[in-house]
Amino acid sequence: MPLSAIAYETEQIAAKTSTSEPQQPIATLTNITKRYGTTVALDGLNLSLHPGEVVALLGPNGAGKSTAIKLLLGLIAPTSGTTRVFGSDPRNATTRTRVGAMLQVARITETLRVREHLDLFRSYYPRPLPVAEILRIAQLQGIEDRFFGQLSGGQKQRVLFALAICGNPDLIFLDEPTVGMDIEARRALWQQIRSLSTQGKTVLLTTHYLEEADTLAHRIIVINKGRVISAGTPAEIKRSGGGRTIRCQTRLSQEFLQTLPSVSNVAFNEGAVVVTASETETVVREMLSRDETLSDLEVAGPALEDAFLALTRNQ
Amino acid sequence: MATSAITHPLPAATGFAHTLGIFRKETKYEFLKLMRTKSFSLSTIGFPVMFYVLFGVANRSAFAGNVHIAKYMLGGYACFGLIGAALFGIGVGLAGELAAGWLELKRASPMPAPAYLFAKCASAVAFGLIIVSILTAIATAFGGVSLTSTELVKMLGMTIVGSISFASMGLLLAQIIPANAATGIVNLIYLPMSFLSGLWMPLRFMPHWLQGVAPALPTYHLSQLMLSIFGYQDSMSLATHWNALLGFTLLMLGLSWLIFHRKEQNA
Repeated sequence: MPLSAIAYETEQIAAKTSTSEPQQPIATLTNITKRYGTTVALDGLNLSLHPGEVVALLGPNGAGKSTAIKLLLGLIAPTSGTTRVFGSDPRNATTRTRVGAMLQVARITETLRVREHLDLFRSYYPRPLPVAEILRIAQLQGIEDRFFGQLSGGQKQRVLFALAICGNPDLIFLDEPTVGMDIEARRALWQQIRSLSTQGKTVLLTTHYLEEADTLAHRIIVINKGRVISAGTPAEIKRSGGGRTIRCQTRLSQEFLQTLPSVSNVAFNEGAVVVTASETETVVREMLSRDETLSDLEVAGPALEDAFLALTRNQ
Repeated sequence: MATSAITHPLPAATGFAHTLGIFRKETKYEFLKLMRTKSFSLSTIGFPVMFYVLFGVANRSAFAGNVHIAKYMLGGYACFGLIGAALFGIGVGLAGELAAGWLELKRASPMPAPAYLFAKCASAVAFGLIIVSILTAIATAFGGVSLTSTELVKMLGMTIVGSISFASMGLLLAQIIPANAATGIVNLIYLPMSFLSGLWMPLRFMPHWLQGVAPALPTYHLSQLMLSIFGYQDSMSLATHWNALLGFTLLMLGLSWLIFHRKEQNA
């Protein structure tokens, strides 16, 4: 493991730095409104994707994540606003040869073998990847001759991932890609997504696993009720949800703790005090000097999950 | 650990050959899928064959005037079989793929939509031809039926026409019926329609008031065209049957198109 861990770290750093310089977006949603009858799915949404970046679209159920992806795939048309992918309409046949998608699909033809599904989907693209390579990337070696209907949930997801990448696309949409996968398969897929990004391919993914967005994405876009409510790097998003937390046993009073610099919240949880602050070092130093009996000290970084909940709750 | 570089794409296929390749593969896998889906292949081939053995072969020496009943029934069950393949293969199959989101994923890909429809239609035709060939083999081997080679060629030609015509009905049904009830609903349409148009037993053996319903059904017109190959048709002119079948097909296609576009706009 150590070797691959090193490779994985460097790969990640390379990917994250390569996208720092501004580039022309390859796909944009501009001021998109999408209504279904009286329901507003997207409400003035703006979004742009740049070459080589992995963007995570986060939001509670019904926030409009899948609708945004379907617009970018040209499966639905906006009520108003413009969609552009590689400078043209996403319905354009040539545009589609440069795009791959993994959607939330109940099932695909169960009586075809994995190899047959790949053979068919590869034929749609002018420059598909070799089958052996697709099998390796999607980790389907050994099950390529099984019928789709015989596969486990995680294996089915990997076949759908294989269909998304088989045409060697430059832009890949992954709608909840790791649902039903075990930890190992999920991490393996993450690695493949990172390597797609290092090859300059753009990935837009939606997920319910915040850890996934945190480890994979260069940029996170949080949407709720059809609007972008926050966008930035994972670190920026986490900071926006309030600082780090200090957890300890102390005799100090709640009133006193609240007067310390940068403290935004003081709460009691299972007999311990939980202090939220942005300048945690200063607060901890002060607390330790005032209370010699202070024990069980823990300082935790901001969790994406908390930031996410804070952001979507404020709506 | 290999850094999974996707670096060696294959040379691009040229335009026309590429598109032709998609049509070919789409059709091949649609046919394979139907063949391997036992609930489809066994019942669409099995039922007409079983019925024909029970009712057609049993009437091997029965004649009504100049009409050889076993041969008459060959025409009827040929229609019954090919219509079943078209309605179940396309109606039920497409409804399921729509509901599962599979068609959506294909539409997001560069697959040309005509390739998908062609594959469904061609598979329906292929199953129709298989069913009619089996029925014909049974009829000539065990039913005492004699067919000239012209009659055989015409039958197979009519099978292709009928399959395409009823494929349009399958296309419409797929868009309006819920996938989980598709098989039941298609049966509710298919079985009474087949019975009422005389596909199971000659119309002349049925009550008179029932015979009046038949000309309103597309299945009747197809079966009359099939029977006309043997000279067994009713008194109505062949042109009327052709027009009725064509009108029915265009109506189905038109309605499918309307519904598809309404859905597109609301999507």
